[in-house]
Amino acid sequence: MLAIALVIASGAALLIMALTTIESLEETTSAYYERTRFADIFARAKRAPDSLGRDIAEIPGVRLAETRIVEGAILDMPGFAEPVVAQLISLPERGPQLLNALVIRSGRLVEPSRPNEVVVSEPFADAHRLRPGDSFDAVLRGSKRRLLVVGTALSPEFVYAIAPGGLMPDDERFGVMWMGRDALAAAFDLESSFNSVTLSLLPDADPKEVIQRIDALLGPFGGVGAYARADQTSNWFLESEIAQQKNMSRILPTIFLAVAAFLTNMVMARLIETERREIGLMKAFGYGNLAIGWHYAKMVLAIGTIGVLIGSVLGAWLGHWNTELYTQFYRFPFLLYRPGPAGFVIAGSVSLAAALAGSLAAVRRAVRLPPAEAMLPPSPPIYRRTWASRTALAGALDEPSRMILRRIVRWPMRAFLASLGLAMSISVLIMALQWVDAIDSLVETVFERGQHQDATVAFNDLQPLDTVGSFENLPGVLAAEPYRYVSAHISHGHHVQRQGIIGVPHGAILSPVFDNERGRIEVPPDGLVLSRKLAELLEVATGDTVTVEVLEGRQPQAELPVAQIFDTYIGKPAYMDMDALNRMAGDGRVVSGLHVSVDAPSRTALLTKLKDIPNIASILFRQAAIDTFYKTMGETIFIFIGFFVAFSMTLSVGVTYNSIRIALSERARELATLRVLGFSRWEISYILLGEVGILTWISIPIGAVLGFSLAWYMTSAFETELYRVPLVLRHATYGKAALIALAAALTCAAIVRRRLDRLDLIAVLKTRE
Amino acid sequence: MENETSAIALEARDLTKIYRMGTVEVRALRGVDVELREGELVVLLGPSGSGKSTLLNILGGLDTPSSGTVIFRGRELALDSERALNLYRRNHVGFVFQFYNLIPSLTARENVSLVTEIARDPMPPPEALAMVGLAERMDHFPAQLSGGEQQRVAIARAIAKRPDLLLCDEPTGALDSKTGILVLDAILRINRELGTTTALITHNAVIAEIANRVLYFADGRIVETRRNAVQRAPAELAW
Repeated sequence: MLAIALVIASGAALLIMALTTIESLEETTSAYYERTRFADIFARAKRAPDSLGRDIAEIPGVRLAETRIVEGAILDMPGFAEPVVAQLISLPERGPQLLNALVIRSGRLVEPSRPNEVVVSEPFADAHRLRPGDSFDAVLRGSKRRLLVVGTALSPEFVYAIAPGGLMPDDERFGVMWMGRDALAAAFDLESSFNSVTLSLLPDADPKEVIQRIDALLGPFGGVGAYARADQTSNWFLESEIAQQKNMSRILPTIFLAVAAFLTNMVMARLIETERREIGLMKAFGYGNLAIGWHYAKMVLAIGTIGVLIGSVLGAWLGHWNTELYTQFYRFPFLLYRPGPAGFVIAGSVSLAAALAGSLAAVRRAVRLPPAEAMLPPSPPIYRRTWASRTALAGALDEPSRMILRRIVRWPMRAFLASLGLAMSISVLIMALQWVDAIDSLVETVFERGQHQDATVAFNDLQPLDTVGSFENLPGVLAAEPYRYVSAHISHGHHVQRQGIIGVPHGAILSPVFDNERGRIEVPPDGLVLSRKLAELLEVATGDTVTVEVLEGRQPQAELPVAQIFDTYIGKPAYMDMDALNRMAGDGRVVSGLHVSVDAPSRTALLTKLKDIPNIASILFRQAAIDTFYKTMGETIFIFIGFFVAFSMTLSVGVTYNSIRIALSERARELATLRVLGFSRWEISYILLGEVGILTWISIPIGAVLGFSLAWYMTSAFETELYRVPLVLRHATYGKAALIALAAALTCAAIVRRRLDRLDLIAVLKTRE
Repeated sequence: MENETSAIALEARDLTKIYRMGTVEVRALRGVDVELREGELVVLLGPSGSGKSTLLNILGGLDTPSSGTVIFRGRELALDSERALNLYRRNHVGFVFQFYNLIPSLTARENVSLVTEIARDPMPPPEALAMVGLAERMDHFPAQLSGGEQQRVAIARAIAKRPDLLLCDEPTGALDSKTGILVLDAILRINRELGTTTALITHNAVIAEIANRVLYFADGRIVETRRNAVQRAPAELAW
């Protein structure tokens, strides 16, 4: 009974965890966005006059518009070898921020008259142990400045703070800081101008229309296309995390509750079998079917309630823990974990319904018996010799094995369901362990086979091609490979994607276009090479023509053929030959950045040098990316794997334990007879446990197939435009899952087997069944 | 078959058995001495609760006495060793019970094979079934056999390993007299043809007529021993 309650508890706990986490994240997010007036639309430009801000504010449907300056900088943090990338955002000189208000965590905002004061994002401050009063050096457009931290803050724009081009938050190497508008304007030569604007809309405004108007206004000033809140990086990550939680809340609890229903059915059927006489007696006394049905239903409800209660406590605790786990990566100034009754009511009623549904058939069978018949012992099960009994193989079997097989054949449905329950536990294990394989494979494909640079440097402005040469002369640089990047709209028919195009030089080695299967791809001299995800979104195939609208510089348009489509796990990139891209953009032979490979011993010297080079907007290190990837995964995925393993153990223990207990109660008489005939304890243990053993073996291949399907479902459900988790299942993963399941089954078997030692031989033989 | 000079197969000395049922102590055996000679057919007769089943269970290694010893062919049974008792049952004792205790998932032949597979010198299962007159029904499952047939399968199962002792606890208790006679016939035939020392419990005094010797039980003791001058055939009995 406890085993059933625990399986129900697992299902309820998972459901409650998922539901309350979703509830909490949604509630926290919306409260945070509302309190800080998180913008609805975001736009960037090269340099737009302040007066244009007023035009933008007057676009119909706009409630508020706030212009600002957003720039990149390289920081030299004390005690940290690598250069750190910073995003600098201006604060209004007078009055509060209209939109995206900061939440000050310590210290204060900057004062207008002090140009070197900054407020830094709290995660960055934590990573570098910065406190108000500390200072560090920064290179702002080529000139080195010392910045003084006056406060730390959180911003709704950076709940999930990732560096441009990064995949995971790396608080050591990327920080956001806020400075006075005048100070930033002076440093970046943007007086009376802005390069970023954010807007909030009136409730009935159409964001698409507003975006079109903004693009029209900002176009001449180097606008690179406005986007709505849904496409804002931090918010996008947050929303997709919530969506994934919703996915999880559907599939996993369903598995647990299905198994719970099966277990309840199995146990109730046996219980009712043993209580036939009592049922007959009660009916003979005049109790109605409903009264008897209700009696057993109450019992199921009691077990279910215990399960739900354990599940609620566990689920509420897990939900809180899970939500707190999120706040390590999603930085909120506060966390609303106030699980409403909804999650518990849903989980409770679903779990109880599953338990009741599971016992329905058994209870119905019980009340259908006429009292006279019910008071008689049940007629012995009738076995038949099937064709299989007559085969040569069957002839070779010993009688104990025959007993095991005959029972399985006699109750095939029960055997199948028990196997299925065990298979589900194996499939949950496979699904959980698959993440390790998938992540290893993703990292291997993307970072190890696909990329060979040690660092990627992005410039603030386009640089002439010969910059490559000057980089190659830096200490420790073994090779440098340029790339070009342009923001663009790529469209086909009515499909439009805002997707930058990367120009790759002919014969690229450090960071070539890399297909998951085919490996390095040479970019043809003309035409686009699109990632499969982008091709799907645009509904194009190789040979189709797409329209490319460059969003920078002279904003040319071109019709380009799709030369190739390739598969990648990350993003939805589009590539072109670098020379062709430069020709199309009309900027001459220029580069946006460089990939460099570095000689390890001279690394430190190079890092020091990089901190002083002007015009570098960001530097990304490949190894740091891998490390952060694993660190982040380690903190989330691996914890989840741990508890999925625990939950699936509950499943397999629940099924194994109940199967053996029921087999024992049904066969106590047989087993005692065998003991009398001179069979040893181990020989009768074989007969008792052999059945579960066979069912466990059968469950392994079923579990492998289910596990593969579940892993497939999970990877496709988790597929986003940002990344796709590959469906990779090593043989060892199946093996590990099977071993864990076998270990659980063996442990259970060992525990129940001990009851055989206490089998009362005489009492059993003295009674008629 | 049996005579007074044949060797003693099994003897028990000063057996007592005390059960504790809640706070009540039940003295099931109060110092019983008994010996069974090779090939002898002994009937244990007495009202229920008189201790005959307890004695049979102890003699068969199914239960242990509170005190006393059991000597099988001159060697004392290690009553405290679960393993030794199991080997004793496996190699030397065949049981027949009131409720046949057949394995429902195995056919008659397979029920017998169950025992012959672990025995040292068994007879082929068809031979054992032929001895109880069931050669024709070997491939039937217990649910397809009558009560008497099931009991005869149980006897075939008990004797297929050629046991030294055949212990029968109320083998006809659940059967009508006609069927009961068939079962007793089978037991008697085994006793005669194989020379198996046989002890049979009954509370039906008529059945005692088939024995060499009858032990009367009352209140945990053997109160009387009677030797039948003439062993009657089961077919001559009526009850």
